[in-house]
Amino acid sequence: MAQTVFLEAINQAIQEEMRRDESVYILGEDIRRAIYGATADLLSEFGEKRVLDTPLSEEGFFGAAIGSSLVGMRPVVETLTSFMWVAMDQLVSQAAKMRYMFGGQATLPVVFRASMFYGAGSAAHHSDRSYPMFMNMPGIKIIVPSNPADMKGLLKTAIRDDDPTIVFEDGTLFGMRGEVPDNSELPGEELLVPFGEARTFREGTDCTIVAIGGAVNHSIAAADQLAAEGISVEVVDPRTLVPLDKKSILESVEKTGRLVIADPAHKVCSAASEIASIVSEEGFWSLQAPIQKVASEQVHIPYTPSLEKHVYPDAPKIIAAVKRTLES
Amino acid sequence: MEIDRDILLLMLRRMWMIRNFELKVMEVHSAGEFSGAAHPYIGEEAVAVGACAALEDTDYITGNHRSHGHPIAKGGRVDKAMAELYGRVDGYCKGKGGSMHLADYSIGILGESGILGSSVPVAVGAALAAHIRGDKFVSMAFFGDGASNQGALHESMNLASIWKLPVIFLCENNQYAVTTSYADTVAVDHVSDRASAYNMPGMLVDGQDAIAMYEATAAAVARARAGEGPTLIEGLTYRFEEHSLGLGRVARGAYRAEAEIAEWRKRDPLDILEKTLTSQGIATREECDAINAETVAEVEKATEFARNSPFPEPEDLFEDMWANPIPLP
Repeated sequence: MAQTVFLEAINQAIQEEMRRDESVYILGEDIRRAIYGATADLLSEFGEKRVLDTPLSEEGFFGAAIGSSLVGMRPVVETLTSFMWVAMDQLVSQAAKMRYMFGGQATLPVVFRASMFYGAGSAAHHSDRSYPMFMNMPGIKIIVPSNPADMKGLLKTAIRDDDPTIVFEDGTLFGMRGEVPDNSELPGEELLVPFGEARTFREGTDCTIVAIGGAVNHSIAAADQLAAEGISVEVVDPRTLVPLDKKSILESVEKTGRLVIADPAHKVCSAASEIASIVSEEGFWSLQAPIQKVASEQVHIPYTPSLEKHVYPDAPKIIAAVKRTLES
Repeated sequence: MEIDRDILLLMLRRMWMIRNFELKVMEVHSAGEFSGAAHPYIGEEAVAVGACAALEDTDYITGNHRSHGHPIAKGGRVDKAMAELYGRVDGYCKGKGGSMHLADYSIGILGESGILGSSVPVAVGAALAAHIRGDKFVSMAFFGDGASNQGALHESMNLASIWKLPVIFLCENNQYAVTTSYADTVAVDHVSDRASAYNMPGMLVDGQDAIAMYEATAAAVARARAGEGPTLIEGLTYRFEEHSLGLGRVARGAYRAEAEIAEWRKRDPLDILEKTLTSQGIATREECDAINAETVAEVEKATEFARNSPFPEPEDLFEDMWANPIPLP
């Protein structure tokens, strides 16, 4: 099994899908020269018509991607979460609503790959973790991979899915190395991760941590430290938020009786809020302690590292939250 | 330009179909047969009909809230359109879209948008697909003078121009965004002047004249199919009725002088086309009247179809969300 960097996993997924299906193409800003790395070497292999550098016109080219998907193309849009704001109308009024509004006539196999560059001094305009806002809007599937293998497998599934999908690519993981199986080792010789299936990273009996995106690694680190103190923690990564594998979450909570949710998004109406709500409604009698949310503080992202480091979930905050569940 | 007689008669038929459809809609809406907004296209028929007559079924259109004219002009079915307005299962969108969201994917009608300017990038995207695949279809975005101020339109015109996409930007300038005159909101004399900023031809056309609209559009379509890129066409027209049914006439007179309305009503697009057809010996008065009468009958039948179609069942609420369905949360 090969050690692969997260960004390389993105590149592999796009390259494999573009080779497999001629209707797959990619568009975005500065992608031919692969400014973020994920689109390296695509131009030389697939040519200018399938690797499109766009003007700074998110509303225009998001809409163009959507329109092309209606007539049989499978666009992959590269963008940043923070640039999605200027194209929200296309995402909400068109991508999310068209199929339902037109009585099922429209099919939109469009993928938006949105980088989340938080945690590295990018300040308030480049650090959004905006997936909860899209969870609130029916019509868009949402994936938040936490490691290179899931990144590759989920992106390939997203490109093949016939519904609009936003892939929230966690910038704190871009340099992460992880095992990604070679295609020759896999059944069907390719890596496809289904939507709506959580992955349990480690099993435990005392507390469940449901962790999202970059918070998964912090949760695993927290679980390691807690294990040294004799506390057994289960780490569950939903991997996709729409659809959400609530069954796996509820089963884990049934086993451990305690729940911490680690979510890099702002804490109010976060993915953590929704998961807490589901467990409160459907898993209440499994709980032996109040649910703990460890999400970002409800402030904008400050530039200076001395302040930014206090915003997000990290291993010490997660450890403290697990211990709070064990106090009661 | 020599235009085939069949095309001219088809244009007349579709214009009468729109006119009679809208008259029926106004009648049954005021009788309370269905609710919600509906935006009559009366007075503007020549714009969409002339433009769409230059298209094939395999070409694409997107449109806006004033949405009944575009699909009928493109060859859509009035029975499914009317049933949609009635919110019934046999409507184009099974009752989920209503008046502002008619669509017929079988003949390239990609859907009308209630957010103005929003469907223009979508039309550009269909053209982008043609560009990537080397297909020969074209795509047409209908929008109004109001939406001509939307960023989405300007981004779209720039994109279509740099990539030389087969798009026709079709502005229906009916001169008022609800109650606001375009003279107060558009910084140039004509919307078509904006084409020069995006290095494409801009054509100002008499939107009451279906033949003029057809000729301008046919030239733009030929240019698009030849790979020469987009064109902006402005059809200067007038909305004979109020902005929307259900809004009433509260603002009438406050923003449009009675004399102005009367003046424009003298330039009824149906009169203009019929006069041309009869004076040139293309159709007789009787033939024109017969076409009108046939469309009245078809609209009547469509209305009966709509009335007899059932409402969706409660479980239909959850249908059509996804192509690859997922469990409800």
